[in-house]
Amino acid sequence: MEFLSLISLGFIPVLIGFILLYGTIKQVPTYESFVEGGKEGIKIAFSIIPFLVGMLVAITVFRASGALEALMNWIRPAMEAIGVPAEIVPLILIRPISGTAALGMTSDLIAVYGPDSFIGRLASVLQGSTDTTFYVLTVYFGAVGIKKMGDALKVGLLADVVGIIAAIIVVVFVFGSN
Amino acid sequence: MVNYIWVFMTIVGFVFAMFNGTLEEVNKAIFDGAKEAVTLCIGLISILVFWLGMMRIAEESGLLNKLSMLFRPIVNRIFPDVPSNHPAMGYILSNMIANMFGLGNAATPLGIKAMEELKQLNGGKNSASRSMVTFLAINTASITIIPTTVIAIRMNYNSASPTEIVVPTLIATIISMLGAVMIDRYFYNRRRRKG
Repeated sequence: MEFLSLISLGFIPVLIGFILLYGTIKQVPTYESFVEGGKEGIKIAFSIIPFLVGMLVAITVFRASGALEALMNWIRPAMEAIGVPAEIVPLILIRPISGTAALGMTSDLIAVYGPDSFIGRLASVLQGSTDTTFYVLTVYFGAVGIKKMGDALKVGLLADVVGIIAAIIVVVFVFGSN
Repeated sequence: MVNYIWVFMTIVGFVFAMFNGTLEEVNKAIFDGAKEAVTLCIGLISILVFWLGMMRIAEESGLLNKLSMLFRPIVNRIFPDVPSNHPAMGYILSNMIANMFGLGNAATPLGIKAMEELKQLNGGKNSASRSMVTFLAINTASITIIPTTVIAIRMNYNSASPTEIVVPTLIATIISMLGAVMIDRYFYNRRRRKG
């Protein structure tokens, strides 16, 4: 435990230090390169604004209207029938759509059921092992101006389904289902 | 498909609000959503500037290239369309590594950079290439070694063992990563058969 948190805390400083030292040894004009690379960051941040505004407005409207909740209630019986615990269903449905909402739900589930309960563990693993597909899609493709996404969304969402099923099976297998 | 989903969410939201008496919330949501998006982007500026600055140094010093050499055999199989000495490879790998350590903040700039390189590789077209779809798929199912945020939350709620979920998370992400690669292959082959 101590060891792991030390790794997480130490990782970024070590990484940055290494990049800087390696650059210096290879005689890269480090500060100037940093500034040049950084300029690009500003451009990218501004260019994704319209993509995120469009996507987030739609998602927020969908959620605020109560439609998302209705959809969840509608899907819930089917999910429960295949063995997904009811408490976890909202988290599963929101995970690909909104990262912040999912994080909120995970903390909520952990707070209510306890971090060492089945639900708490399952929420933890789910949160850690899947990503916000819609966000990644919007930001990555938006930033470089990809308009035709091909199969990307389908593939991403199906991969999420695999991830969710894997998370449930692994948690049941490792910790048991209570 | 994104166009349809986008319109679907908005229109269904409006219609639902009319029958549900939540029009007031929906009106607020339009502006809240827009504001949240801009706030998010502004918040991203600092991270993007910092990590892209650092990565420029890594790129110019040849560090990025070294990294892609190291993992070449595996990544070449996942991305057969990307030449192994192409800069895209370095960015794809650094993005994956950032994700592995739960550094979502650092992963985003690297992912965008990787996409940019992949777009150039695809002749600057505005449609997603095969490699882009693959990159996106493995990104949404990224392998996580240290889920930093989750561990922090568990500590916060006095878990007896906040890090006991590390190994299960790793196993689950490896499975979903393999799943993502296979699903991606399936759709690629289907596209190719269709011509």
